[in-house]
Amino acid sequence: MHQDMMDDLFEIGGERLGSRLLTGTGKYGDDAVIPEVCAASGSEVITVALRRVDFQAATGNVMDHIPKHMRLLPNTSGARTADEAVRIARLARAMGCGNWIKIEVIADNNHLLPDGYATVRATEVLAAEGFVVLPYVNADLYMARDLASAGAAAVMPLGAPIGTNRGLQTREMIRILIEEIDLPIIVDAGLGRPSHACEAMEMGADAVLVNTAIATAADPVSMAKAFGEAVRAGRRGFLAGPGAQRMQADASSPLTGFLEG
Amino acid sequence: MSFAEVMGAYADLDMAKAIHGFQRQDVMRALDKDRLGPDDLLALLSPAAGTMLEELARKATAVTLRHFGRAVQLFTPLYVSDFCTNSCVYCGFNAEQKNKRRQLSLDEVRVEAERIAATGLRQVLVLTGDAQAKAPPEYLEQVLAVLREFFPSLLLEVYALTQEEYARMITAGAEGLTIYQETYDPEQYARMHPSGPKQDYVFRLDTPERACRAGMRWVGIGALYGLGDWRMDAFWAALHARWLQDRYPGAEIGLSLPRMRPHAAGWQPEHPVSDRDLTQILLAQRLFLPRAAITLSTREAPGLRENLLPLGVTRLSAGVSTSVGGHGADQAGTPQFEVADDRSVGEITAMLRSKGYQPVFKDWQQLNPVTP
Repeated sequence: MHQDMMDDLFEIGGERLGSRLLTGTGKYGDDAVIPEVCAASGSEVITVALRRVDFQAATGNVMDHIPKHMRLLPNTSGARTADEAVRIARLARAMGCGNWIKIEVIADNNHLLPDGYATVRATEVLAAEGFVVLPYVNADLYMARDLASAGAAAVMPLGAPIGTNRGLQTREMIRILIEEIDLPIIVDAGLGRPSHACEAMEMGADAVLVNTAIATAADPVSMAKAFGEAVRAGRRGFLAGPGAQRMQADASSPLTGFLEG
Repeated sequence: MSFAEVMGAYADLDMAKAIHGFQRQDVMRALDKDRLGPDDLLALLSPAAGTMLEELARKATAVTLRHFGRAVQLFTPLYVSDFCTNSCVYCGFNAEQKNKRRQLSLDEVRVEAERIAATGLRQVLVLTGDAQAKAPPEYLEQVLAVLREFFPSLLLEVYALTQEEYARMITAGAEGLTIYQETYDPEQYARMHPSGPKQDYVFRLDTPERACRAGMRWVGIGALYGLGDWRMDAFWAALHARWLQDRYPGAEIGLSLPRMRPHAAGWQPEHPVSDRDLTQILLAQRLFLPRAAITLSTREAPGLRENLLPLGVTRLSAGVSTSVGGHGADQAGTPQFEVADDRSVGEITAMLRSKGYQPVFKDWQQLNPVTP
């Protein structure tokens, strides 16, 4: 790795991470592929829905397939209120899943869009209890500021509705968050192709979280590798400072050429 | 507002006739959309779409994969009482049937729970007949209290309750509810349900809404295909699901595809539904409701269940007995219907894995754990 990439620190909650790609555990045909996905993607953080974790099962638990070196990011999938999210988070910590928590509060099963108000409330409570809180929200400036004030460790705006693979539909709003919010911006949900992840990173997002696009690919391991490479390429492109885009070609006869005479 | 009023708005239209008027291009137009309207749903249920099932299947498979991945929730029914005061002409628990009735004691519920839990299943559907005097809400609360010690997710498929009673069930640990309208055709409904509390068509129709109002997390609805015109029943069931989902976005509305099977009394469906018809229902409902959980029961044979799986099915029952006491192996009662897929949980799990699917046992966490 080049020196410029090695100096490019990425930290969440005081923890230094070597990869800017976060992965997930949902939708796989066989959880046994998860270690290979982690290795191929280079990811160091993996999210898992607490509702799917069976602490009583002797075997067949998703946790059995998560490599030990991965930083576990339990999520509150299934929570419909701030109170449910808080209770799921506490349960996750009590069951030994660590103190990182991705807050998902979804009370609309038509579109699976996050409830920002409830997410802010849950963030306040959990950050005060010492959790490293990563809230999943709409790409909204006011919401992001409230989350920062509430003690969030990052903001995770959605690129497009979850599971749609439609890419960066909220591009302009995410760009504003990147400019204005002094917390890591991790684009979550909707990134369907490696090029989407690359674009988010080129824009200056700090990281991306990708689950559906990897888990439902015909070859999840190969897709994980492709996303890992796309995230690195996008980050490098951002750090390299891309030239300004032009909407039209340079005129061959400059309109202000007469001034040079 | 009741869904009955929504149905009333269609009263002047001859729907059954209209559905035969759709052409291939109507189906193509519906397939081109992301969010389908009622007209598109009708087009997908039309005879014209019946000749285009492969095209429907390609899109339905892609939609299902995107929203659910390769994961299938497994559950099993637990029949706790078969006392019944209804006389549904198609049902093995029909009050006219002279078979011996049985209701599990709480100790027997515990035995059944232990047997089911040992198979690895973590979601159970609790079933009764319709006899409130024998199995009142208090009994259901006690049953749920026992089962909560074993299972993080409990669903009910019992007689229609009031909103207040559903709220009690939620407090007692019920995550969800399954309730079928059986047939949405009021006249056929009256013929199929000649006596008993289930005679009240509108009370039945409003039941899923009462459950949503009470705050039930999961509500599964459907028709019992074969009782009425399957195209219309599939249309109304899907429209009902969409209507509930729009009004109660916090609840998760699911659909089931029970198809009428022969039962103990030998009743045969008046409107037989072929495998091809059932496939069309699944495809049309999946495309109309891309995120809805769709359940396929053991009324269907193993081969058909496996073939329908990638087309939109997200929940399967396994290790099924449809009689009271059926998991305890001794003194089991009369089955409610004949099971066509009697494979064990282990066999269903192995089948899913061999097809590249992950069996999901646990998908919810009780947030108020039982204190021992």
